Amino acid sequence: MKVLEETLDARIPDGPIDQKWTRHQGELKLVAPNNKRKYSVIVVGTGLAGGSAAATLAELGYNVRSFCYQDSPRRAHSIAAQGGINACKNYQNDGDSVQRFFYDTIKGGDFRSREANVYRLTELSTNIIDQCVAQGVPFAREYGGTLDNRSFGGAQVSRTFYARGQTGQQLLLGCYQAMMRQVNAGKIKMYPRTEMLELVIANGRAIGIITRDMVTGKIEKHCADAVVLATGGYGNVFYLSTNAKGCNVTAAFRAYQQGAYFANPCYTQIHPTCIPPHGEHQSKLTLMSESLRNDGRVWVPIKPGDKRHPDQIPENERDYYLERLYPSYGNLAPRDISSRAAKKVCDEGRGVGPSGVGVYLDFRDAINRLGQKTIAAKYGNLFDMYQRITDEDPYKVPMRIYPASHYTMGGLWVDYNLMSNIPGLFVIGEANFSDHGANRLGASALLQGLVDGYFVLPYTIGDYFARFKKLDAGIDHPEFDQAEARAKDRVRTLLSINGKRTPDSFHRELGKIVWDKCGMARNADGLREAIAKIPEIRQEFWENVKVTGSGEELNIALEQAGRVADFIELGELMCRDALARNESCGGHFREEYQTEEGEALRDDENFCHVSNWKSNGPDAEPDLVIEPLVFEHVELATRSYK
Amino acid sequence: MNLTLHIWRQKGPSDPGRMVTYQAKDVSPDQSFLEMLDVLNEDLILRGEDPVVFDHDCREGICGSCGMVINGVAHGPEQTTTCQLHMRSFKDGDSIYIEPWRADPFPVIRDLMVDRSAFDRVISAGGYVSINTGSAPEANSIPVRKEDADLAFDSATCIGCGACVAACKNASAMLFTSAKVAQLSRLPQGQVERKRRVLNMVEQMDKEGFGNCSNYQECEAVCPKGISTQNITVMNREYLRASLSGA
Repeated sequence: MKVLEETLDARIPDGPIDQKWTRHQGELKLVAPNNKRKYSVIVVGTGLAGGSAAATLAELGYNVRSFCYQDSPRRAHSIAAQGGINACKNYQNDGDSVQRFFYDTIKGGDFRSREANVYRLTELSTNIIDQCVAQGVPFAREYGGTLDNRSFGGAQVSRTFYARGQTGQQLLLGCYQAMMRQVNAGKIKMYPRTEMLELVIANGRAIGIITRDMVTGKIEKHCADAVVLATGGYGNVFYLSTNAKGCNVTAAFRAYQQGAYFANPCYTQIHPTCIPPHGEHQSKLTLMSESLRNDGRVWVPIKPGDKRHPDQIPENERDYYLERLYPSYGNLAPRDISSRAAKKVCDEGRGVGPSGVGVYLDFRDAINRLGQKTIAAKYGNLFDMYQRITDEDPYKVPMRIYPASHYTMGGLWVDYNLMSNIPGLFVIGEANFSDHGANRLGASALLQGLVDGYFVLPYTIGDYFARFKKLDAGIDHPEFDQAEARAKDRVRTLLSINGKRTPDSFHRELGKIVWDKCGMARNADGLREAIAKIPEIRQEFWENVKVTGSGEELNIALEQAGRVADFIELGELMCRDALARNESCGGHFREEYQTEEGEALRDDENFCHVSNWKSNGPDAEPDLVIEPLVFEHVELATRSYK
Repeated sequence: MNLTLHIWRQKGPSDPGRMVTYQAKDVSPDQSFLEMLDVLNEDLILRGEDPVVFDHDCREGICGSCGMVINGVAHGPEQTTTCQLHMRSFKDGDSIYIEPWRADPFPVIRDLMVDRSAFDRVISAGGYVSINTGSAPEANSIPVRKEDADLAFDSATCIGCGACVAACKNASAMLFTSAKVAQLSRLPQGQVERKRRVLNMVEQMDKEGFGNCSNYQECEAVCPKGISTQNITVMNREYLRASLSGA
């Protein structure tokens, strides 16, 4: 591994932290209203980040082309987020403020996120609630007609706005509707069932993409003055995750292969409250919202191997381990802490359920205190969903939960303007790395997606247009032909192998290795093993994968194969990143670096930085480019939730 | 358990299509319906045949992608999405008939996958509040009665899967359209465009070729989110009000 002597300019504005964004907005160059229609923008992905960006850019007057692999932008996976969205409105009068929210988020990320970005996120959070309410998003209300709040993991105030257990759905429909309004106005052209296969770069700038129409198989060229990737995270590298089946890393990974830096790929969030896996043919894991931890109590039997029915285990033989270990936060301890604690008790043989990988999330006390009706009003749809999947009634027996891969904090590197190191390539939402550090607190992903799309990118993209001379490239530019050739060649190769294994079988094999060696806990030996093994899987994949059908038609085997190929390479990169980071922080837990009590042990002297990887092609080791993290407004402290 | 599957296979919109029979062996009752089809698809790929195409994504009952007619019922025997249907709803030795949504405005793309973009066009015709980003007032300056917010929410839970259309003998999209109309008409934010919205959305719905509601209530019976036909009553009233008073 070579560390390059390159300095990455994050373009963080000077001045006090609470004035940086205001001041920066004043300094950003503008595009005159009558000139905006001369610029075109490609937005890939239509979740909270891509949808809000596409709608807002179109409202401003830019010509937007919006791409998603689903049949409608309304189906992006942001829709499945359940719990809520954070904003420091202090409606509860419980002492919330931008400063407090900022500090919680920095601490929650284990001091591995960029201060200025996080401050802006929390500062703009209040605007987001205003925006969504004005769109008609039906947030929960108090009887007086004002907005209600609840609390989420990692916070001691109630700052989470919610719409029953379907907050993501309601927020996504809000920005989907804003998008459809612009489709009607002719300012957005929608390309559903379309997958991005290549990024096109000319004269060092991103000028377009190559796509595949997933219905006809047609490979197409699209050029624009800027490209925005809002393609979500790469959690499906683990095969089993809480992500939708179609979530993939292809667009971001192809940008990486074209020179974009991939930052902190080893930071993946393992969510503590997922329904445990049941069998070999399972296709995905289902999350139970973190909001359940407001009323549910997490416990396991004290005795290892205690197989009694939960009702038969008396109070003094139960270990409410989160309440015991982290009394100040209890069941609301942050996700990385709660996940690791669950793994630990299961590793001790105290896990519950047929597989022994599971802990109880028990509502007995809450039902006794508040009544079943109140609990049903708060969480009814989640309880129904649990019952449907497990065939158990959570009002009567405790839910069983276990951690699962959920969100990825790593992603493409971006500066304060959300632009990658390739000019003209912007990356927003989960696809970038910037705001969550090594762990993400609950109810902050929806926030980041919307803040990036509604309130940051629309300002910063104008600055890019105003500063750079417009390129009159068009799709006749030779770089388009080369990128198209790469895409076509890949499709042709996949179809010609005609081996003996399905794309899914490779995905499962990869997922198991990455979960075991680079999941909730990692160590150097395991990571080295994975780094040796994954290239073997890659080689076998390219020799033995079987893809039926042709490229000129709807071909789901081809789609899967293309995505799995990218996950294999990304899995290797994740392991390399994890191996290079000789410390534990947030969702990255290296077993060699822990305190006597088993908590993450950071090394601020050597690793208070963002690790960016620069590709040298699939068969060569990537290089490392470091962006040091400078903390001027908070003091680096050991994270404690005790 | 072992099952016999009769699955509709159709190469493309102009292909006549036909039922094809497959055997599914050793199906676990804990598997979801789509996981059972995943296993079938892996077998088909290994045999060099084309896998069965169906829409799916989140697999937790919320994105609205999946949908197929199972033994004559949209989404199958439980009132939920197909992805949340589990094999424990079937018995060993059962025969299962699996078909796509059948409605003119939803042309078949391939096998069980249909084109529901007509729904997007209905929303595009007016299913929104015309507010530009950044011009919103302080959120608590628009109080909403809890009862109204809850009712609006009940309508807003529609996931746009299209089961209502598939179950209706008129292929009516009135449950879908009325859910959005009712949601926004109950909120103060939706008042300004209230009349124009319902007129435009209904007009678009007709233009797409969806039929009218004749009160069979099959839509409500199959809706995985329990959207009530009360919404249709609300929409009819809104439509009448808008037509009579002029938008």
